[in-house]
Amino acid sequence: MSEHVISSKLYVSIWATLMVLTAVTAGVAFLNLGPFNTIVALVIATCKALLVVLFFMHVKYTSERMTKVVIAAGIFFLLLLLGLSLADYATRL
Amino acid sequence: MSTSDGAIIAEPEHGPELRHQFATVEQQREASTLGMWLFLSTEMMFFGGMFCAYLVYRYWYYDEFAAGSRSINIWMGAINTGVLICSSLTVALSVRAAQMGKRKTLLVLLVLTLLFGLAFLGIKGVEWHDKFVEHHVPGLSFSAADLVRDYPQLHINPHHIQLYFSLYFAMTGLHALHMVIGIGIFLFLTYKAWKGAYTPGYYTPVEVGGLYWHFVDIVWIYLFPLLYLIDRKPL
Repeated sequence: MSEHVISSKLYVSIWATLMVLTAVTAGVAFLNLGPFNTIVALVIATCKALLVVLFFMHVKYTSERMTKVVIAAGIFFLLLLLGLSLADYATRL
Repeated sequence: MSTSDGAIIAEPEHGPELRHQFATVEQQREASTLGMWLFLSTEMMFFGGMFCAYLVYRYWYYDEFAAGSRSINIWMGAINTGVLICSSLTVALSVRAAQMGKRKTLLVLLVLTLLFGLAFLGIKGVEWHDKFVEHHVPGLSFSAADLVRDYPQLHINPHHIQLYFSLYFAMTGLHALHMVIGIGIFLFLTYKAWKGAYTPGYYTPVEVGGLYWHFVDIVWIYLFPLLYLIDRKPL
């Protein structure tokens, strides 16, 4: 991890964005968007997770490429698990 | 320093925090954070198994999952999400305080993190207690009669709705266990910070403990919409 010290102002604005996104996702859940309710909720959750990983967990500032490889591998295998399982269960007659 | 045959070898030009096998403190820190990320990627698969079970059963028994989701308190879930986000901010700022060698700020932020963590577990406990009172805990005293009555529009099979609550307790329970472990880690960090163990040259435990805390926060960021927000639109 690089020695990069992130300003407290940036940390606070990331925190504010995360709080706003939490309020938005709770509010949107009460609207009837059909199948898009789930999609919107997951997109917002992924945006929040990205903000935490990039800024709070310093991945945006790391000079260590192996860290990024490990994270990408973790996400790849998680999606493989979820994707192939759903491909099976969702196509059973 | 000299060896037995009299040859002069260089004095180490670093503090006691640098272990023998590393060339620089940066390299040592990078090795530690990489190790933590490897652990966190195994944690992703650990939680992933449960997310996979959730995905399959939600796909099969959507109406039961919708009714179960409506029965848990969305506001407590949203407030707990906010509490965890606040704790992630104090963790991020505590790493910053450690980087800059501000011991007092570091201590205040670590204690705030502990308080946010305990507040999360307290609210979670109230939610679990509500489920016990409502007989929504899977087992012999389980009853979904209130949900069948309240949501006649949904096709509810009481046996299938137990699956939602089983996953609810397993997923939030495993998450809460991680919170308890996180609080243990942060008690340790607070004790060491009190002793003045962390300096701008050595704050790796704060950084690595922080990575764990943020990961547990991310798990909750997904649990909140998946458990609380399945179906909240007007019926």
